[in-house]
Amino acid sequence: MSEPILRVAGLHGRIGGQQVVEDVSFEVPATGVTALLGRNGVGKTSTIKSILGLIDRTGEVHLGDTRIDRMPTHRIVQQGVGYVPEDREVFGSLTVAENLRLAERDAAPRREFIQRLFPDIHDRRAQRAGTLSGGQQQMVSLARALVNENRLLLVDEPTKGLAPRIVDEVADALAEAARTVPILLVEQNLHVIRKLAERVVVLSGGRVVFTGTASDLLDDEDRIQRFLGVHDAADPHDSTAGSAR
Amino acid sequence: MNPQLTDAPAPARPSAPPPAASARRRPLPIVLGGVALVVGLAVLPLLAIEIPGVLPGPTYTPGTLQLLAYAMLIAALALSYRMMFGLAGLLSFGHALFFAAGAYGLGMSLDAFAPAEWPSGLVFAASIGITLVFGLVLAATVGALALRVTGISFAMVTLAFAQAGSVLIRRNPDSATGGDEGLSLDIANVPEGLVGVVNTRNLYWMALAVLVFVYLVVLWVERSRAGHVAEAARENELRVRVIGIRPYSVKLLIFVVASVLAAIAGMGYLLLQSGASPRIATADFTLTLLVIVVLGGVGYRWGAIVGGIVYTLLDQRLTALAGSDFIAGLPAVLRVPLSEPLFILGTLFILVVLFLPGGIAGIPQRIRSGRKQHPVEAEEATDA
Amino acid sequence: MSTVVLLLITGLGLGALYFLVASGLSLIYGLMGVLNFAHGSFLTIAAFLGWEVGRRVSDGTWWGLALSAMVGLAVGAIVAAATEYLLIRRLYERHIEQALVTVGLALASVALFEGIWGTDPIYTRKPDWLAQTTEILGAKIPNDRFLLIACALIVLGGIVLFLRRTRYGLIIRAGVENRSMVTALGIDVRRSFTIVFAIGGAAAGLGGVLASVYYGYVSAHLGSVLLIFAFIVTVIGGLGSLTGAAIASVLVAVLQQFANFYLAGTGDFVVVVALAVVLLVRPRGLLGKVA
Repeated sequence: MSEPILRVAGLHGRIGGQQVVEDVSFEVPATGVTALLGRNGVGKTSTIKSILGLIDRTGEVHLGDTRIDRMPTHRIVQQGVGYVPEDREVFGSLTVAENLRLAERDAAPRREFIQRLFPDIHDRRAQRAGTLSGGQQQMVSLARALVNENRLLLVDEPTKGLAPRIVDEVADALAEAARTVPILLVEQNLHVIRKLAERVVVLSGGRVVFTGTASDLLDDEDRIQRFLGVHDAADPHDSTAGSAR
Repeated sequence: MNPQLTDAPAPARPSAPPPAASARRRPLPIVLGGVALVVGLAVLPLLAIEIPGVLPGPTYTPGTLQLLAYAMLIAALALSYRMMFGLAGLLSFGHALFFAAGAYGLGMSLDAFAPAEWPSGLVFAASIGITLVFGLVLAATVGALALRVTGISFAMVTLAFAQAGSVLIRRNPDSATGGDEGLSLDIANVPEGLVGVVNTRNLYWMALAVLVFVYLVVLWVERSRAGHVAEAARENELRVRVIGIRPYSVKLLIFVVASVLAAIAGMGYLLLQSGASPRIATADFTLTLLVIVVLGGVGYRWGAIVGGIVYTLLDQRLTALAGSDFIAGLPAVLRVPLSEPLFILGTLFILVVLFLPGGIAGIPQRIRSGRKQHPVEAEEATDA
Repeated sequence: MSTVVLLLITGLGLGALYFLVASGLSLIYGLMGVLNFAHGSFLTIAAFLGWEVGRRVSDGTWWGLALSAMVGLAVGAIVAAATEYLLIRRLYERHIEQALVTVGLALASVALFEGIWGTDPIYTRKPDWLAQTTEILGAKIPNDRFLLIACALIVLGGIVLFLRRTRYGLIIRAGVENRSMVTALGIDVRRSFTIVFAIGGAAAGLGGVLASVYYGYVSAHLGSVLLIFAFIVTVIGGLGSLTGAAIASVLVAVLQQFANFYLAGTGDFVVVVALAVVLLVRPRGLLGKVA
């Protein structure tokens, strides 16, 4: 296997004096999708935010050969990290076009690529992002990350709260993106994980409790129950979304 | 972040008599030191200590006693302000209103409320009573309204009320407040022992008594269950809500107590200064309090006292320095800034905020632990 | 009728002054979370320096006034940007301490102005036309009101254009809404802090020169008085909202004028009551974002 794109070692994160990430270590390979899993509230989002420096953190984080754990957030992102936050966080008072323009870092942003991937939001360029549906906002949020050439994408719960059809659209877009850039994906929907992820990292209580290939985890009913709880496997979207395609 | 506040465990004993109960929980040397300090301050007027450059003259002279008494009243006021800001995290821009309410309230009741048939001692006591009730009602009203919002909005509502008070005082309705000229104390019903330069010593003792009283009340509140809840609410309001306590009532209690204490300090101020000036009702005056508390150290109760005394003495000495021949002889570039005490104090304050986050009272702690501390950080979190 | 017109236009003129101060306050708070107590000092220093330059070159003429305005704009921008760069930035993300530093700066600078220019107001001269009146619907309107309104409109238009048409404007609008997401898009948001301070300072600086026209004097306390009303305006309008600040400026000033005239000089009270009511009914202000 080639050099990993992201190496996290002994990462701790704090929010307002409270430890939310505790001694987390894992690696993200330079290709494909790595899923960061765990039950609700185990610190997946906090781990992503710690990597980005959005919350106070200590530990060692390397992006390729560059150490990024001392950098301010904007510098980390400028190293080639795209971020799709939980709850989308589009700028509601700005138009779709402005949201995208704000995100453009590269000299030659991939506007045609975005237009091809998300024709729907291209048609709504002049609309305020706050007036879009949840699914459309998610597309804007994804587009903001994909408009630049990145070395790594951090994608946090992109299908949360979306209708099954939109979930598939988002998953397709991520699959398309994953052909050129490695992705660290936080996701609850096992169907999406099955479809996209090659490797998985499981957190529990702020710590890593399992690392391996996706099939190591997903083919083992016992592990699924132990690490993720049963409710995810019995996700109602799972069968319907699967059969719709 | 605050050793004095956090090292005290929280056995809820709100009804315990404050000084004795708290004394049992603190190391004996500190209590004895405190008592010795108070006794030392109390006998100061009988001694002839000279500290050139700090005090204007020997400690028995009226000028020096007046200055020290003023410093102690400001310290008492700062202490009450710190209880709100430091303990409960309430950043008020209207604390001056209550100080002014005490000073003007007492002055105006002595002026207007004087039944001829009453003995003057009774009039004096009744006026104090009226002022206290007035301060209490005012504080409860303003607090009840202002505490419905938080953070910057709270600061703004308190500022607005104080501004209204300040405008009212300057406008001089029915010639009751004296407008820009200020209010002069009507001494007809003031006990003789508290009037005139010859009795400055008594006024000094009164100021000391006010300071000690305010300190004990603040200590009692901080050690009480309400104080612990307020402190917890400052750190994490949600957690307090979860255990079923409404932070609102606790905050209101703290607000009212702090405001009434400010009114008491204001009454002392009126007697000491033989009057009140509209300056004490302005937003600038509240900002000065903020400066004093931060200068002394937000995280420490005695920081407010140190801040109040240091600030007042500095202000006085710098004003004296401004008029000195030495300053007059300097070139304009140095003379102009150095002859403005507030310029020096403001600059000093900026430097303290930038480089000395614990304030004066935090210096020993910094030396001991040898690392940076930011006692204000917790407030910032609740505000943001 | 003529009284109403007079009060209305005078209120608009005063509202223009409030807006010039409040626009900067609101943007600075919205983007950075800093309550800037030094904003009044930006105004005062600009008013003094504008007056010093204007009167030396050509006192009491349009040319002198124009020069004063230019100096005021420049001084306000430079002093404000320097304040952000030298003092505020060092305390990154520590909002209370940032506000405290501006408190210290306000106290120190007002004292310094008193030291340099004295404690009494210094009366200024203005072009003759500004001292005259124009009759509108029977009301004799002092001409300086029109100048104030026109300048505030130009500043409002300029800021709106800047916010809508430039990349920094885009960053500022996004940052007011969600600052950490802006940094997560790889943008160094701190650079726009300095810009926001400079813009706010420039508007306040122009406000200082115009305030000396409106009041007829400059004094060390010019800014402190306006600052309190500007705070009230900012909060009523909604912290961070430029449009809110503009609307609230006009509302507050007009309300103040009418109350002063019809309710026996209670203008300041009415404003304070209005603030309390707005905050209690709608804590985020007229157009503020949800806190």
